[in-house]
Amino acid sequence: MARSSDLDVAYIARLARINLTEAETKVFQKQLDDVLKYVEKLRQADLSHVEAAAHALPIFNVFREDEPRDCFTAEQALSNAPRQANGLFIVPKVVE
Amino acid sequence: MTDKDLPALSIADLQSVLRRREVSPREVIDALQARIEAVDPEIGAYLSLDIEAAGKEAEKSNVDLPLGGVPLAIKDIINVMGQPCTCASKILQNYRATYEATVIRKLRAAGAIPFGKTNLDEFAMGSSTENSAMKVTRNPWDLSRVPGGSSGGSAAAVAADTAFGALGSDTGGSIRQPAALSGVVGVKPTYGRVSRFGLVAFASSLDQVGPLTKTVRDAALIMNAIAGHDSQDSTSLDEPVPDHTARLGEDLSGVRLGLPKEYLIEGIDSQVKAAIDAAVKQMSSLGAEIVEISLPTTEYAIAVYYIVATAEASANLARFDGVRYGYRAENPKDVLDLYGRTREEGFGPEVKRRIILGTYVLSSGYYDAYYLRAQKVRELIRQDLTRAFENVDALISPTSPVPAFKLGERVADPLQMYLADVFTIAANLAGICGITVPCGFADMDGHRLPIGLQLLGKTFDEARILQIAHAYEQSTDWHKARPPLTAAA
Repeated sequence: MARSSDLDVAYIARLARINLTEAETKVFQKQLDDVLKYVEKLRQADLSHVEAAAHALPIFNVFREDEPRDCFTAEQALSNAPRQANGLFIVPKVVE
Repeated sequence: MTDKDLPALSIADLQSVLRRREVSPREVIDALQARIEAVDPEIGAYLSLDIEAAGKEAEKSNVDLPLGGVPLAIKDIINVMGQPCTCASKILQNYRATYEATVIRKLRAAGAIPFGKTNLDEFAMGSSTENSAMKVTRNPWDLSRVPGGSSGGSAAAVAADTAFGALGSDTGGSIRQPAALSGVVGVKPTYGRVSRFGLVAFASSLDQVGPLTKTVRDAALIMNAIAGHDSQDSTSLDEPVPDHTARLGEDLSGVRLGLPKEYLIEGIDSQVKAAIDAAVKQMSSLGAEIVEISLPTTEYAIAVYYIVATAEASANLARFDGVRYGYRAENPKDVLDLYGRTREEGFGPEVKRRIILGTYVLSSGYYDAYYLRAQKVRELIRQDLTRAFENVDALISPTSPVPAFKLGERVADPLQMYLADVFTIAANLAGICGITVPCGFADMDGHRLPIGLQLLGKTFDEARILQIAHAYEQSTDWHKARPPLTAAA
């Protein structure tokens, strides 16, 4: 598929675990190529004296006392489960 | 006053009539329900209502609390215990909150009554509310136009007097832009000022919860209730919370306002520019000193945002896998099929686009070129803004370069939609606070469309920008205008 950036939408969608139709892949490829072309302007910025920001504000190492607190009951944790049985989430078989 | 007039009141005025015992909190809920039934079918601001629980809350409410008996609308991305929290996404359409967000807990402690959840762009990704998987929300000033987004339901409800006030969330302008396009006040607090616990995460280093209201004073009242440290949000800051109403009423003498020359971009609507010019003159006549400044790095803000925000979103939205909660694709043949189809069927196009872009900019071989570079430019933008605040108390600009656009007009071109946030995004990247306040109208096809003035303040300086916005607001009549549907209903 023709594209103007290194982005391969079909490949990245697989990494992100999102199935896409061919039509969707094509539209996204064009739209995201446009966005990546737009962000190329960042190459103009002089970054020789800049450290990357992880965060807008300087907060580091936030700890609290290691004490037990209230948490979800199994029933609460399962209350929105798409499938459950015997207090467990039910999923397709992972290991043969 | 009749009950029919109640919904048009500001929060402060509603509190006065409640405290004088002229109406009961129960009557307020009933009047609001009647207003919603009359007007919301046209607007489409609400995704769910819980009038019954709100009525019960009202009957035992203490009107002498700071927000006692005041019903508030909540963007449907904030968890209210027992209520739906759909994020306007199919993937959460049947989800019910199993815990309460800290902001809701705090609002309840202040006496407020959450009574309904408002529409938004799916997972707050968008600038028009058109990315909602649930319904269309229309701008109360012109039903053929968008209310802005992503907190479009909250903005439209406040504008249409179907809410006294609302909570929204702002990641790149999602409170301020819809507030401006709908003609109401909106505040994006400093990053860390308000707890994010219970706000469904989109971009964790940018998201903040804040109020949308009819007046600046009302926004200050809600800020008083929701601001402050929360041990359940490690990014909330343990800084003293001032009384946000304390400085309201101070005039503008001695206030220095910076007017960034970069904000006069190409593509700004001429009526928006005229309204901002007039507002700047007005503030100068009220005693403010206007200083022209330069913020050369702001031209990079949108590009940085769409790398940082999508990167964080791709990680945050990995949790929607069809296993523990939310939608699950039917009859998956294995676990990969379960993930792939659940996310294909559960997410809308904009969410998929952003997850894909975010996954790409974090992927091996591209991380340095995109994500790391964007974080460095973000630091430049932060330094630029910090320097500006050495000389001025607040920065002034339009909130949006254009008034409300037509439904459908920008949907096919994501990049055009992204450019709607050009004035608001830098505040999120730098973590500073901002407010939008109505400053006029544009005339378009026989409709009056609201225009918003944005003030940006330094970190933890909400009380200051509220004071400046209040002084301006009180010298105008813009905030008193009501959309034409009020007369029709």
